[in-house]
Amino acid sequence: MAEFFDTSLHLPTWLACLLAALVHCGLILSLVGTGAAVFIWMERKVAGRIQDRLGPTRTGGRFGWLQSPADGLKLLTKEDLVPGSADAMLFRVAPYVSFTASFTPFLALPFADGWVAQHLHTGVFFVLAVLSLEVFGVILAGYASGSKWSLFGAMRESAQVVSYEVPLKLCVVIPVLLCGTLDLIAIGNMQAGWMSNWLVFHDPFTFLAFWIYFTCGVASVNRAPFDLAEAESELVAGFHTEYSGLRWGFFFMAEYGSMFLVSCLCSVLFLGGWHGPIPLFDLLGWSYGQEETVFRLTGYLANLAGCVNLILKGVLGVTVMIWVRWTLPRLRIDQVMTTCLKYCVPLAAICFVGVLSWQLLGLRGPNDLIPVAPRGVAGVREGWVRKAEAAERQAQGERTAAAGRRVAARSEKVGG
Amino acid sequence: MTPCFGQITVAHYLAVGAVLFVAGIACMMTKRNALGVLMGVELVLNGANVNFVAFGSDYLRPQSLGLDGHLMALFVIVLAAAEAAVALAIVLNFYNSRASIDVDRADHLKG
Amino acid sequence: MFAAIDWQAAFFWLFALISCGFALAVLFTPNIVHMASYLIVSLGAVAGLFFLAGAEFVGAMQLMLYVGGTLVLLVFGVMLTSRSNFIRMKTGGGEWILTLFVGGALLLLLLRTAFLVDGWRIPLGQASPPADASTTTRIGLALSGVRLDGGNGYLLPFVIISMHLLVVLIGAAYLARAKRSADGGQPVDRNLMR
Repeated sequence: MAEFFDTSLHLPTWLACLLAALVHCGLILSLVGTGAAVFIWMERKVAGRIQDRLGPTRTGGRFGWLQSPADGLKLLTKEDLVPGSADAMLFRVAPYVSFTASFTPFLALPFADGWVAQHLHTGVFFVLAVLSLEVFGVILAGYASGSKWSLFGAMRESAQVVSYEVPLKLCVVIPVLLCGTLDLIAIGNMQAGWMSNWLVFHDPFTFLAFWIYFTCGVASVNRAPFDLAEAESELVAGFHTEYSGLRWGFFFMAEYGSMFLVSCLCSVLFLGGWHGPIPLFDLLGWSYGQEETVFRLTGYLANLAGCVNLILKGVLGVTVMIWVRWTLPRLRIDQVMTTCLKYCVPLAAICFVGVLSWQLLGLRGPNDLIPVAPRGVAGVREGWVRKAEAAERQAQGERTAAAGRRVAARSEKVGG
Repeated sequence: MTPCFGQITVAHYLAVGAVLFVAGIACMMTKRNALGVLMGVELVLNGANVNFVAFGSDYLRPQSLGLDGHLMALFVIVLAAAEAAVALAIVLNFYNSRASIDVDRADHLKG
Repeated sequence: MFAAIDWQAAFFWLFALISCGFALAVLFTPNIVHMASYLIVSLGAVAGLFFLAGAEFVGAMQLMLYVGGTLVLLVFGVMLTSRSNFIRMKTGGGEWILTLFVGGALLLLLLRTAFLVDGWRIPLGQASPPADASTTTRIGLALSGVRLDGGNGYLLPFVIISMHLLVVLIGAAYLARAKRSADGGQPVDRNLMR
């Protein structure tokens, strides 16, 4: 996009980059904000239906559409309280830390082929690294509130988040291993084609890893059944007990933003990302090829549909999280820790070894059912292995050459 | 000081590393809270890491250490994490048995 | 006017000032929780410096392991020991004078050395830097012992570090276990989490 501003409008480079960055940030902020508003409405409706009642039905007509904006208005007009014994600076900073850590990973998340705010080679890494910074908002909020409920809640919640990061990252390494790259766009493009090409169907271990990833994702955003630290019946509201009004709104947006992010990351890594179950636009010939750079309206529409596809998958993930919340009972903190350390971590490790062995033995899986026409990038999997082999052969050649030189030098020394 | 404000060179990164290093040493010398001392150790290690990465950067010098600098920095990060874990365990033990985290209270073996 | 700004230098100064400034804030503030927060910001800015120097992988590792791991551990420790009389501990004036003397001398020495060596002072200038900053595959290969640019592989340090981390894990878990009191009653545990 920066190139578009630069070449078409002949703006200086720095202004073009700045405008592009502003547009990207604006789009993502609006996505996250609207997402939070929609998700809270959806949560109340889905919760209502599961509990055999209707949910909001008055504000904005039969379906209570305007409930979320009404809630937002209410939050904006609340009194701005800072408790007396609170650490004022940290109390004010904590919601912003949480929200920033929840919003920043979206900058590296691709929404379609080439549609990413910042194309990072280490995309997966960046997303996971910044997600792991969200725990600071929780800890700072819990401490700075100056009340022991908040501190207890914050400690438990951060212990849980940090523990579940380990199996989460182990499960994320599995698609990275299969694709040979940390680049999220490359991982997404490797799953082009029919639904059988999705990485979740690569082998039984990847399938299991998908469910473990989802469980760990739910735990790491502190959603039920892992929400002991912020449940009303347990610790009032955990770390955000003393927060009200817009400050609480920031925490709340951070939570739903993280849920959406974990779902979207799950769909890019396992569920094919922006490639649908049916490769509609590939069959129509609309999507961009590997080397195309010229703008084409049909290509743009294909990418737009891909973006909508990814968002729908993310929303599906969030819906499943909401559904699970209102269905399963809450786990105790020791049960939460047991699940992580005794079940999730060993299972994730077994899946990792299983996927490795599957690749090593060269076994076939559902991914080979419908062969996909190589889009260039789809050959990345094999290409990576070939590249590593070539590198190894070259290193081997260098080693034998060096050994030969050493032998020659030694015989020269002996002889001369 | 004119070379200071031109293009960024290795020397600038070394200066940043030096400031972090000295701040860490001063933390280790002045803080009475044992965790403050630990934070000083982290600052020292980060100063060293900045140096390693600067020497290994291809953007600053025509021939750099390359991958060696990056790998050293990586190993330092991992070792720092390990050392912080053990140090914290020791400090928590101390706190649990003496009910104080003041390093000046750790004078049991004093003659 | 803006086009004449050297953006790499601008971002370097931004990150350098943030990291050095907050490191000095860590030094001078007596409140332990504020120290932890300032340290987080300082190390985050150091990660930014790593990204600027082209070390993408190391920068991401700094954010994930150091800031998101080691510092979380430190902050946990701070929270677990944050009784009101331990949050602010001031140091005497004599120690400050000694520290400023030693620290100042060391800082001057290091700064002078940094700007002394010619090879470190010459910028890259017109030579174009490499366009590809992706070091991940090369680092992975190096850790498996395969080096393409003629250096040594790092397989041995990698294995040693794995053993080291295992030992540290066991040792730290043992050191931090809840102790049972002498009469075999409830474990003596002053930690907040039971």
